Amino acid sequence: MKLGFLVDLNLCMGCKGCEVACKVENQVPLHSWRLRVKYVDVGVYPETKRTYTPLRCNHCEDAPCERICPVSALHYLENGIVNIDKERCIGCAGCMMACPYGAIYMDPETNTADKCTYCAHRIASEMMPACVVACPVEANIFGDLEDPTSHISKYIMAHQKDGGVKVRKPEKNTHPKHFYVGGGEVQLNPLAAKREEGYNLFNKITHLDHIGGH
Amino acid sequence: MVEHTVAATNAIVTLDVPIPQVIWGWMITLNMWAKSIGTGVIFVGAYLLARYKDQVGESVKIWMPIISFIFLNIFLLFTLLDLHQPLRMWHIFAHPHWTSAITVGAWMATLFTAVIFVMTLIALRKIAIKYQDKLPRMCRKLIELKFLNDELYDKLLKVAVILAIPVTMYTATIMGEATARELWQTPAELIQMMLAALLTGSAVFLIIGGGWSYEVKRDLAIILGASAFLSFVIYMGEYYFGHMKAEEVAAIIAYVKEHGPYHIMFWAGQWIAFIIPMALVYFSLKSRSSSLLYLAGILAIVGLYITKHVWLIIPQLLPLS
Repeated sequence: MKLGFLVDLNLCMGCKGCEVACKVENQVPLHSWRLRVKYVDVGVYPETKRTYTPLRCNHCEDAPCERICPVSALHYLENGIVNIDKERCIGCAGCMMACPYGAIYMDPETNTADKCTYCAHRIASEMMPACVVACPVEANIFGDLEDPTSHISKYIMAHQKDGGVKVRKPEKNTHPKHFYVGGGEVQLNPLAAKREEGYNLFNKITHLDHIGGH
Repeated sequence: MVEHTVAATNAIVTLDVPIPQVIWGWMITLNMWAKSIGTGVIFVGAYLLARYKDQVGESVKIWMPIISFIFLNIFLLFTLLDLHQPLRMWHIFAHPHWTSAITVGAWMATLFTAVIFVMTLIALRKIAIKYQDKLPRMCRKLIELKFLNDELYDKLLKVAVILAIPVTMYTATIMGEATARELWQTPAELIQMMLAALLTGSAVFLIIGGGWSYEVKRDLAIILGASAFLSFVIYMGEYYFGHMKAEEVAAIIAYVKEHGPYHIMFWAGQWIAFIIPMALVYFSLKSRSSSLLYLAGILAIVGLYITKHVWLIIPQLLPLS
Protein backbone atom coordinates (compact mmCIF):
# COMPACT_ATOMS: atom_id res chain seq x y z
CA MET A 1 0.00 0.00 0.00
CA LYS A 2 1.23 3.46 -0.89
CA LEU A 3 -1.09 6.22 0.20
CA GLY A 4 -1.29 9.38 -1.83
CA PHE A 5 -3.25 12.58 -2.22
CA LEU A 6 -4.66 14.40 -5.17
CA VAL A 7 -6.30 17.82 -5.24
CA ASP A 8 -8.41 18.82 -8.20
CA LEU A 9 -7.84 22.55 -8.33
CA ASN A 10 -10.66 22.91 -10.84
CA LEU A 11 -13.05 21.90 -8.06
CA CYS A 12 -11.49 23.70 -5.10
CA MET A 13 -13.40 26.88 -4.23
CA GLY A 14 -11.09 28.12 -1.47
CA CYS A 15 -13.55 27.68 1.38
CA LYS A 16 -10.71 26.70 3.74
CA GLY A 17 -12.88 23.98 5.26
CA CYS A 18 -9.95 21.55 4.95
CA GLU A 19 -7.64 24.03 6.69
CA VAL A 20 -10.00 24.44 9.64
CA ALA A 21 -10.75 20.69 9.86
CA CYS A 22 -7.02 19.96 9.97
CA LYS A 23 -6.47 22.56 12.68
CA VAL A 24 -9.22 21.11 14.83
CA GLU A 25 -8.44 17.43 14.23
CA ASN A 26 -4.72 17.78 14.95
CA GLN A 27 -4.93 20.62 17.51
CA VAL A 28 -2.46 22.65 15.48
CA PRO A 29 -1.31 25.67 17.55
CA LEU A 30 -1.82 29.29 16.59
CA HIS A 31 0.55 30.60 13.89
CA SER A 32 1.13 27.04 12.66
CA TRP A 33 -0.47 25.17 9.78
CA ARG A 34 -0.26 21.60 8.56
CA LEU A 35 -2.47 22.48 5.65
CA ARG A 36 -3.19 25.87 4.18
CA VAL A 37 -5.02 27.21 1.17
CA LYS A 38 -3.13 29.87 -0.76
CA TYR A 39 -5.03 32.36 -2.91
CA VAL A 40 -3.33 33.66 -6.03
CA ASP A 41 -5.00 36.25 -8.24
CA VAL A 42 -4.13 36.13 -11.92
CA GLY A 43 -4.57 38.69 -14.67
CA VAL A 44 -5.42 42.38 -14.94
CA TYR A 45 -8.86 43.83 -14.23
CA PRO A 46 -11.38 43.10 -15.70
CA GLU A 47 -9.75 39.88 -16.98
CA THR A 48 -8.90 38.35 -13.61
CA LYS A 49 -9.22 34.99 -11.98
CA ARG A 50 -8.69 33.83 -8.43
CA THR A 51 -7.01 30.45 -7.89
CA TYR A 52 -6.96 28.36 -4.72
CA THR A 53 -4.21 25.90 -3.84
CA PRO A 54 -4.28 23.65 -0.77
CA LEU A 55 -0.69 23.04 0.34
CA ARG A 56 0.37 20.24 2.67
CA CYS A 57 3.18 17.73 3.15
CA ASN A 58 3.88 15.84 -0.07
CA HIS A 59 4.93 12.59 1.68
CA CYS A 60 7.75 12.25 -0.81
CA GLU A 61 9.12 8.86 -1.75
CA ASP A 62 12.65 10.29 -1.38
CA ALA A 63 11.86 12.67 1.46
CA PRO A 64 14.70 15.12 2.21
CA CYS A 65 13.29 15.62 5.71
CA GLU A 66 13.56 11.91 6.49
CA ARG A 67 17.11 11.83 5.12
CA ILE A 68 18.39 14.81 7.11
CA CYS A 69 16.66 13.97 10.42
CA PRO A 70 19.55 13.00 12.74
CA VAL A 71 17.46 10.81 15.07
CA SER A 72 14.91 9.21 12.70
CA ALA A 73 12.11 11.23 14.29
CA LEU A 74 10.85 11.56 10.73
CA HIS A 75 10.29 8.07 9.41
CA TYR A 76 8.25 6.12 6.88
CA LEU A 77 5.24 4.09 7.80
CA GLU A 78 4.55 0.92 5.82
CA ASN A 79 1.76 2.69 3.94
CA GLY A 80 4.19 5.34 2.62
CA ILE A 81 3.25 8.10 5.06
CA VAL A 82 6.17 10.20 6.31
CA ASN A 83 5.36 10.27 10.01
CA ILE A 84 6.99 12.14 12.89
CA ASP A 85 7.83 10.95 16.38
CA LYS A 86 7.64 14.11 18.48
CA GLU A 87 9.10 12.39 21.52
CA ARG A 88 12.30 11.67 19.64
CA CYS A 89 12.66 15.00 17.78
CA ILE A 90 15.52 17.17 19.11
CA GLY A 91 14.30 20.34 17.38
CA CYS A 92 17.35 20.90 15.17
CA ALA A 93 15.09 22.23 12.36
CA GLY A 94 17.13 20.33 9.77
CA CYS A 95 13.87 19.03 8.30
CA MET A 96 12.56 22.58 7.90
CA MET A 97 15.72 23.48 6.01
CA ALA A 98 15.42 20.38 3.83
CA CYS A 99 11.74 20.38 2.89
CA PRO A 100 11.45 22.17 -0.47
CA TYR A 101 7.73 22.71 0.11
CA GLY A 102 7.89 24.56 3.45
CA ALA A 103 5.53 21.93 4.85
CA ILE A 104 7.19 21.49 8.26
CA TYR A 105 6.81 23.85 11.20
CA MET A 106 8.23 24.08 14.69
CA ASP A 107 5.41 23.49 17.16
CA PRO A 108 5.68 26.38 19.62
CA GLU A 109 4.09 24.32 22.39
CA THR A 110 6.23 21.20 22.20
CA ASN A 111 9.33 22.76 20.62
CA THR A 112 9.47 19.91 18.13
CA ALA A 113 8.97 19.72 14.39
CA ASP A 114 5.53 18.82 13.12
CA LYS A 115 3.67 18.47 9.85
CA CYS A 116 0.79 16.83 8.03
CA THR A 117 0.76 13.08 8.57
CA TYR A 118 -2.21 12.43 6.26
CA CYS A 119 -4.03 12.00 9.61
CA ALA A 120 -2.15 8.75 10.23
CA HIS A 121 -4.08 8.22 13.47
CA ARG A 122 -7.40 8.32 11.59
CA ILE A 123 -6.12 6.03 8.84
CA ALA A 124 -5.09 3.52 11.50
CA SER A 125 -8.76 3.46 12.45
CA GLU A 126 -9.77 3.12 8.79
CA MET A 127 -11.07 6.68 8.57
CA MET A 128 -10.30 9.26 5.91
CA PRO A 129 -8.10 12.29 6.72
CA ALA A 130 -10.08 15.16 8.30
CA CYS A 131 -9.51 17.47 5.30
CA VAL A 132 -10.99 14.90 2.90
CA VAL A 133 -14.11 14.54 5.00
CA ALA A 134 -14.53 18.32 5.33
CA CYS A 135 -14.20 19.17 1.63
CA PRO A 136 -17.69 20.10 0.33
CA VAL A 137 -16.81 19.55 -3.34
CA GLU A 138 -14.66 16.41 -3.02
CA ALA A 139 -11.63 18.21 -4.40
CA ASN A 140 -9.40 16.26 -1.98
CA ILE A 141 -8.96 12.70 -3.17
CA PHE A 142 -7.08 10.24 -1.01
CA GLY A 143 -6.25 6.58 -1.42
CA ASP A 144 -3.90 3.77 -2.33
CA LEU A 145 -1.72 4.59 -5.33
CA GLU A 146 -0.71 0.95 -5.74
CA ASP A 147 -4.31 -0.18 -6.12
CA PRO A 148 -5.39 0.44 -9.75
CA THR A 149 -9.05 0.26 -8.73
CA SER A 150 -8.81 3.00 -6.09
CA HIS A 151 -10.50 6.34 -6.75
CA ILE A 152 -7.18 8.22 -6.73
CA SER A 153 -5.55 5.80 -9.19
CA LYS A 154 -8.48 6.07 -11.56
CA TYR A 155 -8.48 9.86 -11.25
CA ILE A 156 -4.77 10.02 -12.08
CA MET A 157 -5.18 7.69 -15.04
CA ALA A 158 -8.13 9.69 -16.35
CA HIS A 159 -6.25 12.99 -16.24
CA GLN A 160 -2.65 12.10 -16.97
CA LYS A 161 -3.07 11.69 -20.73
CA ASP A 162 -3.03 15.42 -21.38
CA GLY A 163 -0.34 16.09 -18.77
CA GLY A 164 -2.96 17.29 -16.36
CA VAL A 165 -1.50 15.61 -13.27
CA LYS A 166 1.31 17.58 -11.71
CA VAL A 167 3.47 17.62 -8.62
CA ARG A 168 5.22 20.56 -6.98
CA LYS A 169 8.92 21.08 -7.80
CA PRO A 170 9.54 17.81 -9.67
CA GLU A 171 13.11 19.00 -10.33
CA LYS A 172 13.94 18.41 -6.67
CA ASN A 173 13.74 14.67 -7.30
CA THR A 174 11.75 14.02 -4.14
CA HIS A 175 9.03 12.04 -5.94
CA PRO A 176 6.03 13.54 -4.12
CA LYS A 177 2.99 11.40 -3.44
CA HIS A 178 0.74 14.45 -3.56
CA PHE A 179 -0.68 15.35 -6.96
CA TYR A 180 -2.61 18.23 -8.47
CA VAL A 181 -5.04 18.31 -11.34
CA GLY A 182 -5.74 21.66 -12.98
CA GLY A 183 -2.68 23.30 -11.49
CA GLY A 184 -0.45 25.69 -13.38
CA GLU A 185 2.77 27.57 -12.74
CA VAL A 186 1.12 30.27 -10.66
CA GLN A 187 -0.36 27.78 -8.23
CA LEU A 188 2.48 25.30 -7.91
CA ASN A 189 5.61 27.43 -8.36
CA PRO A 190 6.06 29.93 -5.51
CA LEU A 191 8.32 32.07 -7.69
CA ALA A 192 5.64 32.52 -10.33
CA ALA A 193 3.48 34.81 -8.20
CA LYS A 194 4.48 38.06 -6.54
CA ARG A 195 4.19 38.56 -2.81
CA GLU A 196 3.87 42.27 -2.41
CA GLU A 197 2.83 44.28 0.60
CA GLY A 198 -0.23 46.39 -0.17
CA TYR A 199 -1.64 43.98 -2.74
CA ASN A 200 -3.28 41.71 -0.23
CA LEU A 201 -7.03 41.66 -0.10
CA PHE A 202 -7.85 39.98 3.18
CA ASN A 203 -4.85 40.24 5.43
CA LYS A 204 -1.36 41.61 5.63
CA ILE A 205 0.99 38.88 4.49
CA THR A 206 3.73 38.90 7.06
CA HIS A 207 6.69 36.84 8.05
CA LEU A 208 7.12 35.21 11.42
CA ASP A 209 10.22 36.39 13.25
CA HIS A 210 13.29 34.25 13.57
CA ILE A 211 12.23 30.91 15.01
CA GLY A 212 15.51 29.06 15.27
CA GLY A 213 16.99 28.56 18.72
CA HIS A 214 15.93 30.46 21.79
CA MET B 1 10.94 31.84 -17.48
CA VAL B 2 9.18 32.86 -14.34
CA GLU B 3 9.64 36.59 -14.72
CA HIS B 4 7.79 36.38 -18.02
CA THR B 5 5.07 34.29 -16.41
CA VAL B 6 4.67 36.84 -13.65
CA ALA B 7 4.56 39.70 -16.12
CA ALA B 8 2.17 37.88 -18.43
CA THR B 9 -0.26 36.67 -15.78
CA ASN B 10 0.28 39.41 -13.21
CA ALA B 11 -0.08 36.72 -10.57
CA ILE B 12 -0.18 38.00 -7.01
CA VAL B 13 -0.58 36.10 -3.77
CA THR B 14 -3.63 37.65 -2.16
CA LEU B 15 -4.14 35.42 0.84
CA ASP B 16 -1.72 33.20 2.66
CA VAL B 17 -0.54 32.42 6.15
CA PRO B 18 2.51 34.12 7.68
CA ILE B 19 5.61 32.29 6.53
CA PRO B 20 8.50 31.39 8.85
CA GLN B 21 11.54 33.18 7.57
CA VAL B 22 14.92 32.66 9.21
CA ILE B 23 15.11 29.19 10.71
CA TRP B 24 18.86 28.90 11.19
CA GLY B 25 20.14 32.26 12.45
CA TRP B 26 23.21 33.78 14.10
CA MET B 27 23.82 30.77 16.33
CA ILE B 28 24.44 28.58 13.31
CA THR B 29 26.73 31.27 11.85
CA LEU B 30 28.65 31.27 15.11
CA ASN B 31 28.73 27.48 14.98
CA MET B 32 30.34 27.47 11.52
CA TRP B 33 32.69 30.35 12.32
CA ALA B 34 33.96 28.84 15.59
CA LYS B 35 34.36 25.41 13.98
CA SER B 36 36.47 26.96 11.22
CA ILE B 37 38.86 28.31 13.84
CA GLY B 38 38.77 25.09 15.89
CA THR B 39 39.84 22.92 12.96
CA GLY B 40 41.82 25.57 11.09
CA VAL B 41 44.42 25.97 13.85
CA ILE B 42 44.98 22.20 13.71
CA PHE B 43 45.62 22.22 9.94
CA VAL B 44 47.89 25.25 10.00
CA GLY B 45 49.48 24.27 13.34
CA ALA B 46 50.35 20.82 11.97
CA TYR B 47 51.96 22.51 8.95
CA LEU B 48 54.03 24.80 11.21
CA LEU B 49 55.15 21.84 13.31
CA ALA B 50 56.20 19.95 10.18
CA ARG B 51 58.02 22.89 8.60
CA TYR B 52 59.28 25.10 11.46
CA LYS B 53 59.40 22.78 14.48
CA ASP B 54 62.76 24.16 15.64
CA GLN B 55 61.58 27.77 15.52
CA VAL B 56 57.99 27.70 16.72
CA GLY B 57 57.46 24.10 17.83
CA GLU B 58 57.00 24.64 21.57
CA SER B 59 54.74 27.65 21.20
CA VAL B 60 52.52 25.96 18.57
CA LYS B 61 52.34 22.71 20.53
CA ILE B 62 50.94 24.55 23.53
CA TRP B 63 48.59 27.07 21.91
CA MET B 64 47.24 25.01 19.00
CA PRO B 65 45.19 22.54 21.10
CA ILE B 66 44.16 25.18 23.66
CA ILE B 67 42.76 27.56 21.02
CA SER B 68 41.17 24.68 19.12
CA PHE B 69 39.55 23.35 22.30
CA ILE B 70 38.12 26.77 23.22
CA PHE B 71 36.57 27.33 19.79
CA LEU B 72 35.32 23.75 19.48
CA ASN B 73 33.48 24.26 22.74
CA ILE B 74 31.96 27.51 21.47
CA PHE B 75 30.89 25.58 18.36
CA LEU B 76 29.38 22.74 20.41
CA LEU B 77 27.72 25.08 22.91
CA PHE B 78 25.88 27.06 20.26
CA THR B 79 24.99 23.90 18.34
CA LEU B 80 23.31 22.73 21.51
CA LEU B 81 21.67 26.07 22.28
CA ASP B 82 20.17 26.26 18.80
CA LEU B 83 18.25 23.05 19.35
CA HIS B 84 14.66 23.52 20.42
CA GLN B 85 15.05 20.46 22.64
CA PRO B 86 18.70 20.68 23.78
CA LEU B 87 18.22 18.13 26.57
CA ARG B 88 17.44 15.52 23.91
CA MET B 89 20.85 15.89 22.27
CA TRP B 90 21.73 12.40 23.49
CA HIS B 91 19.18 11.01 20.99
CA ILE B 92 21.83 11.54 18.30
CA PHE B 93 24.00 8.96 20.04
CA ALA B 94 21.18 6.65 21.15
CA HIS B 95 19.14 6.74 17.91
CA PRO B 96 21.64 7.70 15.19
CA HIS B 97 20.33 8.04 11.65
CA TRP B 98 23.37 7.55 9.44
CA THR B 99 21.95 9.12 6.26
CA SER B 100 21.94 12.43 8.10
CA ALA B 101 25.05 14.58 7.86
CA ILE B 102 24.01 16.08 11.20
CA THR B 103 24.44 12.67 12.85
CA VAL B 104 27.76 11.89 11.17
CA GLY B 105 29.03 15.37 11.99
CA ALA B 106 27.99 15.17 15.63
CA TRP B 107 29.83 11.88 16.09
CA MET B 108 32.94 13.12 14.28
CA ALA B 109 32.97 16.42 16.17
CA THR B 110 32.61 14.64 19.52
CA LEU B 111 35.49 12.30 18.72
CA PHE B 112 37.61 15.17 17.45
CA THR B 113 36.92 17.26 20.56
CA ALA B 114 37.91 14.32 22.76
CA VAL B 115 41.25 14.03 20.95
CA ILE B 116 41.83 17.78 21.21
CA PHE B 117 40.90 17.64 24.91
CA VAL B 118 43.72 15.15 25.61
CA MET B 119 46.13 17.26 23.55
CA THR B 120 45.05 20.30 25.59
CA LEU B 121 45.79 18.43 28.81
CA ILE B 122 49.28 17.66 27.49
CA ALA B 123 49.76 21.36 26.64
CA LEU B 124 48.50 22.43 30.07
CA ARG B 125 50.83 19.92 31.73
CA LYS B 126 53.74 21.57 29.95
CA ILE B 127 52.65 24.94 31.33
CA ALA B 128 52.16 23.39 34.76
CA ILE B 129 55.70 21.95 34.73
CA LYS B 130 57.06 25.37 33.78
CA TYR B 131 55.24 27.19 36.57
CA GLN B 132 54.92 24.39 39.13
CA ASP B 133 56.20 26.49 42.02
CA LYS B 134 53.46 29.07 41.54
CA LEU B 135 50.58 26.65 41.04
CA PRO B 136 48.10 25.46 43.68
CA ARG B 137 48.39 21.81 44.75
CA MET B 138 45.32 20.76 42.72
CA CYS B 139 46.90 21.91 39.47
CA ARG B 140 50.16 20.21 40.29
CA LYS B 141 48.39 16.83 40.12
CA LEU B 142 48.38 17.24 36.34
CA ILE B 143 52.18 16.97 36.38
CA GLU B 144 51.93 13.52 37.95
CA LEU B 145 50.04 12.20 34.89
CA LYS B 146 53.18 11.16 33.06
CA PHE B 147 51.39 9.42 30.21
CA LEU B 148 50.43 12.91 28.98
CA ASN B 149 53.72 13.31 27.11
CA ASP B 150 55.09 14.41 23.75
CA GLU B 151 54.97 10.90 22.34
CA LEU B 152 51.21 10.68 22.91
CA TYR B 153 50.81 14.24 21.61
CA ASP B 154 52.49 13.42 18.30
CA LYS B 155 50.32 10.35 17.81
CA LEU B 156 47.14 12.29 18.62
CA LEU B 157 48.13 15.12 16.28
CA LYS B 158 48.02 12.73 13.33
CA VAL B 159 44.56 11.53 14.38
CA ALA B 160 43.45 15.14 14.93
CA VAL B 161 44.53 16.26 11.45
CA ILE B 162 42.68 13.35 9.83
CA LEU B 163 39.52 13.94 11.91
CA ALA B 164 39.68 17.70 11.31
CA ILE B 165 38.95 17.11 7.61
CA PRO B 166 35.43 15.61 8.02
CA VAL B 167 34.70 17.90 10.97
CA THR B 168 35.52 20.92 8.80
CA MET B 169 33.52 19.69 5.86
CA TYR B 170 30.44 18.01 7.28
CA THR B 171 28.48 21.28 7.55
CA ALA B 172 28.75 21.55 3.77
CA THR B 173 27.06 18.17 3.51
CA ILE B 174 24.27 19.34 5.82
CA MET B 175 23.83 22.34 3.54
CA GLY B 176 23.76 19.96 0.59
CA GLU B 177 21.07 17.87 2.28
CA ALA B 178 19.03 21.05 2.78
CA THR B 179 17.21 20.35 -0.48
CA ALA B 180 15.05 23.44 -0.08
CA ARG B 181 18.04 25.81 -0.32
CA GLU B 182 19.23 25.68 -3.89
CA LEU B 183 22.05 28.16 -3.30
CA TRP B 184 24.04 25.71 -1.19
CA GLN B 185 25.70 23.15 -3.42
CA THR B 186 27.84 20.59 -1.62
CA PRO B 187 30.96 20.70 -3.85
CA ALA B 188 31.35 24.48 -3.59
CA GLU B 189 30.50 24.52 0.13
CA LEU B 190 33.03 21.73 0.85
CA ILE B 191 35.78 23.87 -0.64
CA GLN B 192 34.48 27.01 1.10
CA MET B 193 34.55 25.24 4.49
CA MET B 194 38.12 24.07 3.99
CA LEU B 195 39.23 27.52 2.81
CA ALA B 196 37.51 29.14 5.80
CA ALA B 197 39.45 26.82 8.13
CA LEU B 198 42.77 27.65 6.44
CA LEU B 199 41.92 31.36 6.44
CA THR B 200 41.10 31.50 10.15
CA GLY B 201 43.84 29.04 11.14
CA SER B 202 46.54 31.15 9.50
CA ALA B 203 44.93 34.35 10.84
CA VAL B 204 45.02 33.05 14.42
CA PHE B 205 48.73 32.20 14.20
CA LEU B 206 49.51 35.56 12.60
CA ILE B 207 47.82 37.22 15.59
CA ILE B 208 49.49 35.15 18.31
CA GLY B 209 52.87 34.73 16.60
CA GLY B 210 54.10 38.29 17.05
CA GLY B 211 57.71 37.33 17.79
CA TRP B 212 58.07 34.70 15.09
CA SER B 213 60.51 35.05 12.18
CA TYR B 214 59.54 36.64 8.86
CA GLU B 215 59.79 33.27 7.08
CA VAL B 216 57.12 31.73 9.30
CA LYS B 217 54.86 34.74 8.93
CA ARG B 218 55.42 34.78 5.17
CA ASP B 219 54.14 31.20 4.92
CA LEU B 220 51.12 32.07 7.07
CA ALA B 221 50.47 35.15 4.96
CA ILE B 222 50.56 33.08 1.76
CA ILE B 223 48.07 30.57 3.25
CA LEU B 224 45.81 33.43 4.34
CA GLY B 225 46.08 35.31 1.05
CA ALA B 226 45.53 32.21 -1.10
CA SER B 227 42.54 31.08 0.98
CA ALA B 228 41.00 34.56 0.81
CA PHE B 229 41.55 34.73 -2.93
CA LEU B 230 40.01 31.33 -3.67
CA SER B 231 37.02 31.97 -1.37
CA PHE B 232 36.47 35.33 -3.00
CA VAL B 233 36.58 33.78 -6.47
CA ILE B 234 33.94 31.19 -5.52
CA TYR B 235 31.65 33.85 -4.02
CA MET B 236 32.08 36.05 -7.10
CA GLY B 237 31.33 33.04 -9.29
CA GLU B 238 28.02 32.61 -7.48
CA TYR B 239 27.36 36.36 -7.45
CA TYR B 240 27.85 36.94 -11.17
CA PHE B 241 27.03 33.55 -12.69
CA GLY B 242 24.79 31.83 -10.11
CA HIS B 243 21.59 33.16 -11.64
CA MET B 244 22.30 31.16 -14.80
CA LYS B 245 21.85 27.83 -12.99
CA ALA B 246 18.33 27.97 -11.64
CA GLU B 247 15.53 30.43 -11.04
CA GLU B 248 15.72 29.80 -7.28
CA VAL B 249 19.41 30.71 -7.21
CA ALA B 250 18.66 33.83 -9.26
CA ALA B 251 15.95 34.83 -6.79
CA ILE B 252 18.27 34.23 -3.82
CA ILE B 253 21.27 36.04 -5.33
CA ALA B 254 18.95 39.03 -5.88
CA TYR B 255 18.99 39.54 -2.09
CA VAL B 256 22.69 40.45 -2.24
CA LYS B 257 22.65 42.28 -5.56
CA GLU B 258 22.16 46.02 -5.80
CA HIS B 259 18.95 47.13 -4.00
CA GLY B 260 18.79 43.76 -2.22
CA PRO B 261 18.40 43.84 1.59
CA TYR B 262 21.75 42.10 2.14
CA HIS B 263 23.74 43.95 -0.55
CA ILE B 264 25.76 46.10 1.85
CA MET B 265 26.33 43.31 4.35
CA PHE B 266 27.47 40.94 1.61
CA TRP B 267 30.04 43.37 0.25
CA ALA B 268 31.14 44.40 3.75
CA GLY B 269 31.92 40.74 4.40
CA GLN B 270 33.77 40.33 1.10
CA TRP B 271 35.92 43.42 1.71
CA ILE B 272 36.68 42.70 5.35
CA ALA B 273 37.26 38.94 5.02
CA PHE B 274 38.94 38.72 1.65
CA ILE B 275 39.74 41.87 -0.33
CA ILE B 276 41.48 43.96 2.36
CA PRO B 277 43.39 40.98 3.84
CA MET B 278 44.54 40.06 0.31
CA ALA B 279 45.80 43.62 -0.22
CA LEU B 280 47.52 43.64 3.17
CA VAL B 281 49.22 40.32 2.41
CA TYR B 282 50.38 41.68 -0.95
CA PHE B 283 51.87 44.86 0.56
CA SER B 284 53.38 42.89 3.41
CA LEU B 285 55.13 40.43 1.09
CA LYS B 286 56.32 43.23 -1.17
CA SER B 287 57.84 45.24 1.65
CA ARG B 288 58.96 42.19 3.67
CA SER B 289 57.14 43.72 6.61
CA SER B 290 54.95 41.64 8.90
CA SER B 291 53.23 44.42 10.83
CA LEU B 292 50.30 44.57 8.38
CA LEU B 293 49.63 40.87 8.78
CA TYR B 294 48.30 41.26 12.31
CA LEU B 295 45.55 43.50 10.96
CA ALA B 296 44.93 41.12 8.05
CA GLY B 297 44.41 38.26 10.50
CA ILE B 298 41.89 40.17 12.61
CA LEU B 299 39.95 41.38 9.57
CA ALA B 300 39.83 37.90 8.04
CA ILE B 301 38.36 36.41 11.22
CA VAL B 302 35.79 39.19 11.69
CA GLY B 303 34.86 39.33 8.01
CA LEU B 304 34.38 35.59 7.75
CA TYR B 305 31.58 35.76 10.32
CA ILE B 306 29.76 38.40 8.24
CA THR B 307 30.29 36.48 4.99
CA LYS B 308 29.07 33.20 6.47
CA HIS B 309 26.05 34.90 8.02
CA VAL B 310 24.86 36.45 4.76
CA TRP B 311 25.26 33.15 2.92
CA LEU B 312 23.32 31.34 5.64
CA ILE B 313 20.43 33.79 5.76
CA ILE B 314 19.66 34.65 2.14
CA PRO B 315 18.33 31.27 0.96
CA GLN B 316 15.94 31.28 3.90
CA LEU B 317 14.27 34.48 2.73
CA LEU B 318 12.78 32.78 -0.31
CA PRO B 319 9.15 31.58 0.01
CA LEU B 320 9.08 27.83 -0.55
CA SER B 321 5.39 27.38 -1.31
